[in-house]
Amino acid sequence: MNTSDDANASRVPAALDGNAAAGLLQQIFAIDMTMAQITCGGCQSVQPLAALRLYGLPMGNILRCPRCESTLIRAVARDRECWLDLRGVAALHLRLSS
Amino acid sequence: MPRLSWRTAEIVAVHRETAHARRLALRVEGWPGHDAGQHVDVRLTAADGYQAQRSYSVSSAPATPELELLVDCVPDGEVSPYLTREARVGDRFELRGPIGGYFVWTAAYGGPLLLIAGGSGIAPLASILAYRAAAARGIVTRLLYSVRTAEDIIFKERLQSWKKDPALAITLTLTRSAPPDWNGYRGRIDAAMLREVAFAAAEAPLAYVCGPTAMVEHVADALVSLGYPAGRVRTERFGPSGEST
Amino acid sequence: MAADEKSPVSRGFVGRRRSPAEAERVPPGQYVTLDFPILSAGPTPHTPLEQWSFALQHGTQRLAEWSWPKFQALKQTSVTVDIHCVTKWSKLDTRWVGVTFDTLLEAAGLASPPTAYVMAYSDGGYTTNLPVADLVNGQALIVTKFDDAPLAPGHGGPARLLVPHLYFWKSAKWVRGLSFIAEDKPGFWESLGYNIYGDPWKEQRYAGD
Repeated sequence: MNTSDDANASRVPAALDGNAAAGLLQQIFAIDMTMAQITCGGCQSVQPLAALRLYGLPMGNILRCPRCESTLIRAVARDRECWLDLRGVAALHLRLSS
Repeated sequence: MPRLSWRTAEIVAVHRETAHARRLALRVEGWPGHDAGQHVDVRLTAADGYQAQRSYSVSSAPATPELELLVDCVPDGEVSPYLTREARVGDRFELRGPIGGYFVWTAAYGGPLLLIAGGSGIAPLASILAYRAAAARGIVTRLLYSVRTAEDIIFKERLQSWKKDPALAITLTLTRSAPPDWNGYRGRIDAAMLREVAFAAAEAPLAYVCGPTAMVEHVADALVSLGYPAGRVRTERFGPSGEST
Repeated sequence: MAADEKSPVSRGFVGRRRSPAEAERVPPGQYVTLDFPILSAGPTPHTPLEQWSFALQHGTQRLAEWSWPKFQALKQTSVTVDIHCVTKWSKLDTRWVGVTFDTLLEAAGLASPPTAYVMAYSDGGYTTNLPVADLVNGQALIVTKFDDAPLAPGHGGPARLLVPHLYFWKSAKWVRGLSFIAEDKPGFWESLGYNIYGDPWKEQRYAGD
């Protein structure tokens, strides 16, 4: 993991993936979300959250479907509050630890 | 699992790995330990309050008391030039983690294990290999590591010592230029190289691919085209870095 | 804006390349940079110019639409402005060329805007809302050139909205049109806790500021 120092004027930062959103999401959900299986509301494909494409840094985390690029999860988190839009997710499947 | 909170990390050592990569040994108050492959969020605060945050993989083995981060200097970057050129022993910053259960390998997952790294993508795989050396030597493992030139190889000493393990095969490829006596591969990782180096899909291997985004996607697609089920290929993308394949 | 008092200062960390600048040009909490960082909510769209168009919309009614050649034939205006990103960097004296909102209204045959607010919409689905009062009188342009060159895709090319007196997330990249709306409605970032208006001089970064 080495999230981009995206300052170069002519270089668009390549998409990271859901691994880089793990900290923000764990801040919100208090559990590791990287292995949640996400069903895309756009194309119905399923992949782990870690495999979603991540944009929007540093304003927020925008997770998109790697197949159809639909926006699945939008999240903004600051120290004391967060905003979350999960409308793009048709289903989220997580194993809960016993 | 506790909610993540920011802890203070103090640099206890800085080691040069390559011209632009450093590994930082950190002491972190209350560090709960990590699984091999996990990462941390690092937050720097300037004297005037300005903050910047990045994520870095932990390259040390799970059971060591000090955390190690491998930082590659990105040209015109904001955080990595500080961590690789300015930061020194005694400096402090904030750190949050460990984070990320997806890119973790433990012995319970079994093998055979295929690890593919581009540039500084070797960092989480180094943690996996260090853990494996201590706790799971029997798992048949192959590492394929791609860098631009021989001078860009990170963790040279560790690669040498890991090579002695008969159950671990290490293959290097140089994408930009190679010394005349080079007997590794040349060029970027592609399906042809993977056909020779990777386990056959029939062996049901587990693959971990880490490095610059373009390389990770290219390699993951190639593995799937070789028959690896998508669910058996775990990926972690870095942004563009000074190291690219 | 002060850091969390608990955060230790990292000795020697400064951040982006800074440039000294007169204090009155820099809104509170901002740092002047020599870089031009790129922030995107999605992948860079690549609409071919033959397929590109820009529209003024009111509900389902298309008030006006310009193809690329028609858009380039409109009166072009050059501006030099400072821009301010909510992530705290500011860039001074940026130079752009484009078409002002006033020119668009005139070319569309609109004596006055039909509503008090617009929602700008872009390729890739990005939206941002603005009061019409902040677009008129030369305050806003649809720009196609930056620094004497065609606007690069990463920075919003072929065309982006430019509203420099508000935080730069309001200057929507890859803009394709403005939709006149009766009431102010939050766009992409405004619906995620960012300020509905975004005046950098009042440091209106987040909702409630």
